[in-house]
Amino acid sequence: MTHAADLPVWAALVVALLLLLGAGLALVGSFGLLRLPGFYERVHAPTLGTTLGIGSVLAASMLFFSLLQTRFVLHEILIAVFMVVTTPVALMLLARAALYRDRVERSGAVPPPPGSR
Amino acid sequence: MRRILPHPLIALGLLLSWLVLAGSASPGAVLLGGAIALAGSWALASLAPPRLRLRRLAVLPGLLRDVLAEVVRSNVAVVRIILGRSVAGTRRPGFVHIPLDMRSPQGLAALACILTATPGTVWVEYDSTEGTMLLHVLDLIDEAEWVRIVKERWERRLMEIFE
Repeated sequence: MTHAADLPVWAALVVALLLLLGAGLALVGSFGLLRLPGFYERVHAPTLGTTLGIGSVLAASMLFFSLLQTRFVLHEILIAVFMVVTTPVALMLLARAALYRDRVERSGAVPPPPGSR
Repeated sequence: MRRILPHPLIALGLLLSWLVLAGSASPGAVLLGGAIALAGSWALASLAPPRLRLRRLAVLPGLLRDVLAEVVRSNVAVVRIILGRSVAGTRRPGFVHIPLDMRSPQGLAALACILTATPGTVWVEYDSTEGTMLLHVLDLIDEAEWVRIVKERWERRLMEIFE
């Protein structure tokens, strides 16, 4: 059982600020998903949450649990590695599917497939 | 040895990450992690990836530092674009073709991770016969500038590590 009240004030402040920053970035990313026009622009917005957003949440978690000394802080590093390695796969799949669709339908200004240039 | 343990480093990494995830080094966790590491390295061997050769790892700390700095910088830039008053405005999104000299699959994968981890750029397509990569950039000011950034900031150092 961890007691957040045992945390020194400075650390509680830093943890809270990091959490707010991470949550704020995820929120701005979702807002961008709503606001930006077109598929290829929208796909950029959620990466805010998966990069610096998740990074600051993980930093907050590392600080919190290592100060309370409840467990080793390596979990967060693993989470970061898994995020960095898996997000490009999903993004590339989405982008290539959209590109394929746009080329078949000849809609929008997408570059021609390689080899036809 | 190679037949029992085809990818010793990968197996060791799998075992270590399993122990970290399980949060213990009890005999049970080591046994299960060892089984997973063996199965993982056999699965990888059946995919027959080209062997990874790492050269000049001294470049790595500087590269990681620059990636972190670039992640923060591009996050701020994209937040400004999203919250900016005019979404269309003077900003011009677009595709850039970037000719790459790097052929190592691991190096290309690392480049894809870097470009995706920096908001504002998305790796769209790679053509292995021509060696060109198609990048979508949220705020495309100058195409030649992006080619220079990708080639000089990332590709050159990744080639030093992987090729």
